[in-house]
Amino acid sequence: MGKTVPETIRHLIIVFGVLAVMMSIAAGLIWVERRLLGFWQDRYGPNRVGPFGILQPLADMIKVFAKEDWVPPFADRPVFILAPAIIVVTVLLAFAVVPFAPSISVADLNVGLLYFLALSSLGVYSVALGGWASDNKYALIGALRASAQMISYEVFMGLSLMGVVMLAGSFNLRAIVEAQRRLWFVVPQFFGFVIFLIAGVAETHRLPFDLPEAESELVAGFHSEYSGMKFGLFFVGEYLGITLISALIATFFFGGWLGPLLPPAVWFFIKTFFFIGVFILLRATLPRPRYDQLIRLGWKVMLPLALANLVVTGGIILAAG
Amino acid sequence: MLSILRAVWTVFLHLFKRKVTVLYPEERPRIPPRWRGRIILSRDPDGQERCVACHLCAVACPVGCIALQAAEDEYGRRYPEFFRINFSRCIFCGFCEEACPTYAIQLTNDFEMSEYHRHNLVYEKQDLLISGTGKYPGYNFYKVAGLSIKGKDKGENENELPPVDVKGLMP
Ligand code: SF4
Ligand code: SF4
Repeated sequence: MGKTVPETIRHLIIVFGVLAVMMSIAAGLIWVERRLLGFWQDRYGPNRVGPFGILQPLADMIKVFAKEDWVPPFADRPVFILAPAIIVVTVLLAFAVVPFAPSISVADLNVGLLYFLALSSLGVYSVALGGWASDNKYALIGALRASAQMISYEVFMGLSLMGVVMLAGSFNLRAIVEAQRRLWFVVPQFFGFVIFLIAGVAETHRLPFDLPEAESELVAGFHSEYSGMKFGLFFVGEYLGITLISALIATFFFGGWLGPLLPPAVWFFIKTFFFIGVFILLRATLPRPRYDQLIRLGWKVMLPLALANLVVTGGIILAAG
Repeated sequence: MLSILRAVWTVFLHLFKRKVTVLYPEERPRIPPRWRGRIILSRDPDGQERCVACHLCAVACPVGCIALQAAEDEYGRRYPEFFRINFSRCIFCGFCEEACPTYAIQLTNDFEMSEYHRHNLVYEKQDLLISGTGKYPGYNFYKVAGLSIKGKDKGENENELPPVDVKGLMP
């Protein structure tokens, strides 16, 4: 990039810092989620390993690494091994455009939002290929569901963000945050926010939209045949996905790093963790819909709503000149 | 839609509810007195083994985890030569206690018997036999049974009726 040496070092620190922070957040979320789910079910959750059970992820990690790393003989070996890596890589790449604070972001792309949408759709290859390569009918059904779900929800996920883009006049995530100095976009774009939240849950296939894994019907869906660290990677990918969607909700609708008193990065993490909590709360509350209900909701409710939101926003902006 | 939000709110409020979990090693669960836990073999008030090696417990046991071998001492009193309970198979149903005619075998309210190796759960007679009477302090089978043993003939004890004359016609 033709930059000076200190500049390059600063970049490297940010890159590896983001990587380390994201990986530890993804690991920590194992504990956070189990603790919160426990509390919401009148239990304590894991509280034995370390103070408040905070070292639980470490114990889980030791366990998952010590497990036999087994590839079923009937599986398509190279694809089977590659699939879990794809989701982690795509989600980590998407973090490149997230502005954690005014000066902390890996890349300041002027098409940041499109870049995120592109990578989040690439993530489905992980699930689809993993299910396909497993050569197991439950895994295949899970993979097909994931693909259909992704196609349906990707459409209005993009549309729901277009209102934000119109208001901010930019695809650049930093510019979008700066445009919210006066008013968080959740106010003018409330429907956009709701649609994006729902699409985000579906995108990370979390409960209630975890049809691709649906333990009660499909064994474990696309990762039925996975074990050991490959299975672990799917989970790391899922937790990274939750973090990414939460970070983006904070960025697009809740003013990113903006906030009084506290340093910008702290505000960003407070907002992100709030939405991670919302994700877990949704999981604790809602039952899984039937598959046709899911698709119907996507195409017959969410898509028209997103389009209407887009038209109204556009109209108002046009009228206001 | 509204009902979904209400459900989410209700679940959220559970954050502040009392937890139902009993934090076990620090906080002891309440064990009722008739709890069916670790099995013991008890003794008479005068210190002799109650078990008469009748095998009734072994027959009653639905999982067949009791093994014993009968023997007789020099006074004709029966006792088990060995007595073995495999606690890795025992389901703590208490049938053995119900079947026992002498109150020898009893279930106690101790449940903390985890082991790292399965074979450590096979308890032998020296592990099972206690020095006391267990749940029935005064009971002595031979004193009420009408059998002659050392120091007592049939019907001689104060609790005992004189033995039935099986050859007589009178009621
Ligand atoms: S408690 Fe039931 S299973 Fe256990 S030894 Fe007695 S009869 Fe057998
Ligand atoms: S413990 Fe009781 S039932 Fe079992 S052999 Fe001994 S006397 Fe008979």
